[in-house]
Amino acid sequence: MEKEQKEFYERLEKKGVSRRAFMKYCTFVTATLGLSSSFVPKVAEVFAAPQKRPAVIWLHFGECTGCSEAMLRSTYPYPDDLVLEILSVEYHETIMAAAGQQAEDNLHAAVKKYKDKFVCIVEGAIPTKDNGIYGRSGGRTFLEIAQEVIPQAAAVIAIGNCATFGGIQAAKPNPGGYKGVSDVIPVQPVNLPGCPYNPINLIGTVVNYILMGKIPALDALGRPLFAYGKTIHDQCPRRSHFELGEFVTEFGSPEAALGYCLYEMGCKGPETYNNCPVAKYNDGTSWPVEAGHPCIGCSEPGFWDSMTPFFKPL
Amino acid sequence: MGNRIIVDPITRIEGHLRIEVEVEGGKVKNAWSSANMFRGIELILQGRDPRDAPLFTQRSCGVCTYVHYLASVRALEAAIGVRVPENARLIRNLLHGAQFQHDHIVHFYHLHALDWVDIVSALKADPKKTATLSENSNNAEWGGSAYFKGIQERLQTFVDSGQLGPINNAYWGHSAYKLPPEGNLMAAAHYIEALRLQSRTARMHALFGAKNPHLQSLVAGGVTCVRSLTADKLTEFLHLWKETQAFVENVYIPDLITVASFYKDWGAIGGATNFLAWGDLPQSDKEPESLFLPRGWIANRDFQNVRMPDQEKVTEHVVHAWYEDGSPKHPYQGETKPRPGDYETGGDMSTWKFAKPQTGKYSWFKAPRYEGEACEVGPLARVLVGYGLGKKEFKDVVDSTLKKLDIPATALFSTLGRTAARGLETLVIGTAMENWIMELVENVKNDDTKTYEPWEMPDNAMGHGLNDVARGALGHWIEIEDKKIKNYQMVVPSTWNLGPRCEGGKLGPVEEALIGTPIADPKRPLEILRTVHSFDPCIACGVHVIDPDSNQVYDIKVL
Repeated sequence: MEKEQKEFYERLEKKGVSRRAFMKYCTFVTATLGLSSSFVPKVAEVFAAPQKRPAVIWLHFGECTGCSEAMLRSTYPYPDDLVLEILSVEYHETIMAAAGQQAEDNLHAAVKKYKDKFVCIVEGAIPTKDNGIYGRSGGRTFLEIAQEVIPQAAAVIAIGNCATFGGIQAAKPNPGGYKGVSDVIPVQPVNLPGCPYNPINLIGTVVNYILMGKIPALDALGRPLFAYGKTIHDQCPRRSHFELGEFVTEFGSPEAALGYCLYEMGCKGPETYNNCPVAKYNDGTSWPVEAGHPCIGCSEPGFWDSMTPFFKPL
Repeated sequence: MGNRIIVDPITRIEGHLRIEVEVEGGKVKNAWSSANMFRGIELILQGRDPRDAPLFTQRSCGVCTYVHYLASVRALEAAIGVRVPENARLIRNLLHGAQFQHDHIVHFYHLHALDWVDIVSALKADPKKTATLSENSNNAEWGGSAYFKGIQERLQTFVDSGQLGPINNAYWGHSAYKLPPEGNLMAAAHYIEALRLQSRTARMHALFGAKNPHLQSLVAGGVTCVRSLTADKLTEFLHLWKETQAFVENVYIPDLITVASFYKDWGAIGGATNFLAWGDLPQSDKEPESLFLPRGWIANRDFQNVRMPDQEKVTEHVVHAWYEDGSPKHPYQGETKPRPGDYETGGDMSTWKFAKPQTGKYSWFKAPRYEGEACEVGPLARVLVGYGLGKKEFKDVVDSTLKKLDIPATALFSTLGRTAARGLETLVIGTAMENWIMELVENVKNDDTKTYEPWEMPDNAMGHGLNDVARGALGHWIEIEDKKIKNYQMVVPSTWNLGPRCEGGKLGPVEEALIGTPIADPKRPLEILRTVHSFDPCIACGVHVIDPDSNQVYDIKVL
């Protein structure tokens, strides 16, 4: 283990990532998970040298692939670290080299080999109307694939608002009868909603799983409390402006330039549970309120209906 | 106007595509492109607040994020009649430029490369020779035999683990792979470097757009990110642009030339006939005159004769799509009702053939046509239009590339030409971005931070936005009634390129392009993937190969 870790750090340094930067990242993941700092070395161990990489089967249903793309934006670990050294991604339509029959064979072989042991990551909603004919892959409906694969997983992680709550295609009038995973298959997935979800929260969930051997504590909607325990509003850096009654009432105005509260512009932060203000996106670069745009509530069930019109104040 | 159900373009783009071809004498004789998912976003939009449309339509595609957001905001602005401030135009162009860079790099290295690069062969490469190849062919900042040895060892460790994950069971060793082991190792290393680079490239979006994928800073009238016009954010953007542009110049373009030199025969395979570009990246209020990527239409490959297209001449055909029959219609009049029953008559899709359904319908895609003709859209169309119009930016890079590869201009009409055009326009757009950043800096320096123009929602209005995005010509059409969306239509790149036959039985571009493609092994139709991927459908597609000799049916999913 020690030797492997040493090699791991050498490899990191070759890539221009210092051990210090890596430990800083592990501290960030540990903090995101809500664990004490004594867990930092253990989190580092997860990334450094798992004995056998946990098998992941990643299913795509009704979605836009934005959640896969979000995962590819991960840094520390970079996506190649995730794929080559941390996880064993047995099936993922966007990155896998195999095609057609060979791809289908991979899926079936992986489900069989890792039955009750693999992590199933689901991206996208499942069409249920007219027996699910609105979405097919490899000649089978998404519904059939979901029914076969998902119940055989050790743990299910639903990412994005589509897999968790049905997402945009489930908005009224929901032409294809789209639903989230737990509304179709009798399992309780770890739900990581968002449009897209923040990849740091998937990494946090996976680390939790590898480290503790179990899924993290969840709220009533299946969302990990480490990420979805507080509202945007409660963590918002513009909160003091709300308390002082300092509001933006027009984009591009002096108040907007001063960074006043976006409540009057329709911000859904007070009713939205997520860690955007703290974790931010793209390596901590920014998040919607920082870019002057109200929160649209994308981690809440049915937000395409319940949070719209987006620019109407709550 | 009846009950309107519109094929959701996201569905079309991100839905699973099925390609069915007929092979005879080792070549594709006939082809059908069939989209396999329906989401219905345009239908979902009806009755909603028009201001919400950009946020909804952006979810059409997360790979090609931002572009529907932009297209929708533009359609809305056209309907309400508002002009955006200079800074908003510049920021939108910069975000769009970054999207082109990001999208094309990811396509070349992560979605398309494995059609040309045999990863397993890389394990046999001599790292020293690979280092020499690399030094002679590109200006990458990394290299040397120790570097390539490290990459090879990393791959070997991965293979030895027995957990092959994403590289398991592919077409490795196929006779159509032509690169020597050293070329394959170099490409494998660049695959990894590009994977890391793209996450930094995408940060350009976060700087002015909050996050990527799915930006959140555009509104009709401008942008919301007035507080991002600061020295630190501008500098960070400039730095990320520089890093990306250096990669394009020093690695992407040289790799393109290196790989292409082994596959020159693909300069005669996979071409289409007509080309359409709406153009994009406005340099002022004037459209189409000021578009950096020019607007143009080319018929019968006559690129010396670029004509100005008119959106009035766009129609969508449904005769071969799973909708109630009707005459071809312009997007404003589009009238479609899904007939999923036809889909079911296909029965078990593992043995389903196009000929079976009585109706002749075989896709969730409608077939867009310009003046009744199928048109290829995307990088090749844009480069041909720019080249045909004699625009220097395009002419220089196209001519020098043709010279380097020693191939004629007619070789552009091919799978190779399409893939090359994508790289060349990445270079051209990236080069232009520097000026836009500096213009923005200059404005901020002069205390011009205006980013938004106020407006009022009219009771009734109609408008459209014509755009050209990574995958091609994109149009959004909106009709507003009583301040609500009455109708919304999107005609997207992948329906142009991957749509089915039209009323006259004319094939869609990818169907046409596939005909004549050599197939060495019907069980491993690598060649089909090359042409289909060259259009960058960027989705999981189903390819269905029929071998009439054995009547054997193979299901091949293009990923």
